[in-house]
Amino acid sequence: MKNFSIAIRQADDVSILEVSGELDAHTASQLENSLKALIDEKRHLIIVNCAKLDYIASAGLGVFMAYIEDVRGLGGDIKLSNMNERVYNVFDLLGFPTLYDILEDELEALESFKS
Amino acid sequence: MATKNIHKLTVKASTSQIARVRDFVAEHAQNIGLSPKDISEIKLAVDEAYTNIVKHAYKYANQHHVDIEIGFSNSELWISLLDEGESFDPNTYSEPDLVKRIKEKKRGGMGVYLIRKLMDSVHYSRKGHMNEIRMVKHL
Repeated sequence: MKNFSIAIRQADDVSILEVSGELDAHTASQLENSLKALIDEKRHLIIVNCAKLDYIASAGLGVFMAYIEDVRGLGGDIKLSNMNERVYNVFDLLGFPTLYDILEDELEALESFKS
Repeated sequence: MATKNIHKLTVKASTSQIARVRDFVAEHAQNIGLSPKDISEIKLAVDEAYTNIVKHAYKYANQHHVDIEIGFSNSELWISLLDEGESFDPNTYSEPDLVKRIKEKKRGGMGVYLIRKLMDSVHYSRKGHMNEIRMVKHL
């Protein structure tokens, strides 16, 4: 059983991925497929809302590493929001906050795409 | 100090077993009264070590098995993962440069770094055909 799921919403031209559950080497391919599909559809403004993300391992972070250059090269970004403290700590340990836009909540992330 | 209790789990070397491995160590860490922060750190360290075995030692060939042992004394909790795959030489490992990896669209290579950050000591050894990574958290 996979304890991970993704729901996708659209807010104008911004795509919001709501990730739930546990993101590890087993479930990372689901996130990868969703990101790839968005990029293929030329949707480059992406927010990953982590409010329901309970756990992340480095395989999950690897997915963000693999696509951020492509997305930014196309004028977009992958912004992350609503992380709980444990999940944020993993991003922090690996130095992500200096390279990725990690925001308190989704609205803030949406606003930062407008500015 | 002598280890009082040792619990063992043997699982197939497959990413499908990661959650089971995490739950196994979390349950025992919880039983000895570790803090939620310590439990999260141990779960992640074990996840990374197990994932590295599946990926690098066995290269996703899932007919193999991994043994996980967890034990504790008054002063420490230790976890060992044992496999019979390709061994890992920690001397060839360097700290990941995130900027460079992102530019090169590379992923991975962060597990070993995380394990070292999360645990108080990490030791790799090979006895015969068996590789062991032993991770310790002081209590």
